[in-house]
Amino acid sequence: MVDTRVDLCGITLDNPIIPASGTFGYGYEFAELYDINCPGTFSFKGTTASPRYGNPTPRIAEAPSGMLNSVGLQNPGVEAVISEELPKLAKVFSKPVMANVSGFSTEEYVRTASLLDSQAQVGWIELNISCPNVHGGGAAFGTDPHTAAAVTAAVRKAVRKPLIVKLSPNVADIASIAAACEDAGADAVSLINTVLAMRIDIKKRAPVLANVTGGLCGSAVFPIAVRMVWQVYEAVSIPIIGMGGISSAQDVVEMMMAGAAAVQIGSANLVDPYICRNIIRQLPEVMAEYSIDVLSNITGAAHR
Amino acid sequence: MLLNGDTGAITRPGQFVNIRLDGFFLRRPISVSDWDDGLLCIIYKVVGRGTAYMSSLLPGARLDILTGLGNGFDVSKSGSSPLLVGGGAGVAPMYALARVLLSRGTAVHMIAGFNTAGEIYLKDEFEALGAELTITTADGSFGRKGFVTDAMDCRHSYVYACGPEPMLKAVCNASAADGQYSFEERMGCGFGACMGCTCKTKYGSKRICRDGPVLEKEEIVW
Repeated sequence: MVDTRVDLCGITLDNPIIPASGTFGYGYEFAELYDINCPGTFSFKGTTASPRYGNPTPRIAEAPSGMLNSVGLQNPGVEAVISEELPKLAKVFSKPVMANVSGFSTEEYVRTASLLDSQAQVGWIELNISCPNVHGGGAAFGTDPHTAAAVTAAVRKAVRKPLIVKLSPNVADIASIAAACEDAGADAVSLINTVLAMRIDIKKRAPVLANVTGGLCGSAVFPIAVRMVWQVYEAVSIPIIGMGGISSAQDVVEMMMAGAAAVQIGSANLVDPYICRNIIRQLPEVMAEYSIDVLSNITGAAHR
Repeated sequence: MLLNGDTGAITRPGQFVNIRLDGFFLRRPISVSDWDDGLLCIIYKVVGRGTAYMSSLLPGARLDILTGLGNGFDVSKSGSSPLLVGGGAGVAPMYALARVLLSRGTAVHMIAGFNTAGEIYLKDEFEALGAELTITTADGSFGRKGFVTDAMDCRHSYVYACGPEPMLKAVCNASAADGQYSFEERMGCGFGACMGCTCKTKYGSKRICRDGPVLEKEEIVW
């Protein structure tokens, strides 16, 4: 009998699989397909203080072994999330949920995070300082160690629950940003958000995405994510949630060996809505194949 | 393309399927032209590498398909003399709609618009159903020369339309009747999770894949 449980900031997850923000909505599209209590938890759609329509369409483009998105943080706003989405979620999901928070100013991050922090269903706050698809927010905070630390410290003071800071790969030195967030009080970091990218429609001689650029995700970015999780593991002592192109139980093991305590599954959910359930079912078999009895023991195993 | 499999999730004409293809990350959303208990028919135009790959598949190939996606057309609103309008690839889903309407005893007038005679498809099939069929071609090589709107008159109780957005808008403007219009957008997931295909409506944001692709005339923001 293998043990797939992992600890994430004092909360035990049945397994390290966490559907990533922006690929799992507020849960109920997937609840129609399977019992969404099977993953460790999930990170809900990036939420801002005010409702946001997001970017114009097209928001989606294909890439070799991946896709670009430029959704632009479409969400109903924190008040509607609390009054409408969370009560609906409570009917289909009984675990603590990860609240993904984005914003355009430190004050906005603080306000949205503290409102969600007071919700009993919320287990962790995941601070998205790395959205590449909005201007003047998101990644503007996450690409400099000083601003990343400042927003982390401000939110840390305002919330009681574990604070996870989600990092951008679109930086020269992700380890220094992770270390700055740790120093500012982050309880964990999650990485990577999408890689800034672009496609051009050669027939139209114009960008495919209405927003010109978008974030690349999918299998194409998996080796980048493994490398960055490895580098951040060397630089911090807080837990790392690894993500970026994971689509199999073997990928989960690899990401954990690079240093992840838990993992998020993103775009794979969009291609195969059953992927998280299937990976969770495959994990014990893959663990046995690689002589892993206790999954949490392999975090960082490749560093030793 | 005819596909054998479980079609139980398909409940309405105008719904679509999302097809996974080897070597491509995103699935390809294609509207259902018709279906029965174990068979579904899709008619698609080769417009890129994904659809080119589909056309290279041999009989017997196995595909991973999500079915029953989207809201589809509501036939209960048709009234006694609905007008069906399809343009190009948008003609395909109107076949099942015509079949369902006719099976309910509703007379169907279908206007099918194409660029040129060589692109015409489903002509015999619509006529075999018993639909009144008008074909337009932009170059006049078959049927009536011009666009679908050139063949429209006001003798209809309701409009069902599928085709390129400029055609939908022209049809909407040319008709005083209520109607349902089926839209296209680049999709990520096709089942409502990614917010990749959002559009604005009078009642707020809607996802073309999940809340659509069929929108009511009165909610459309052109």
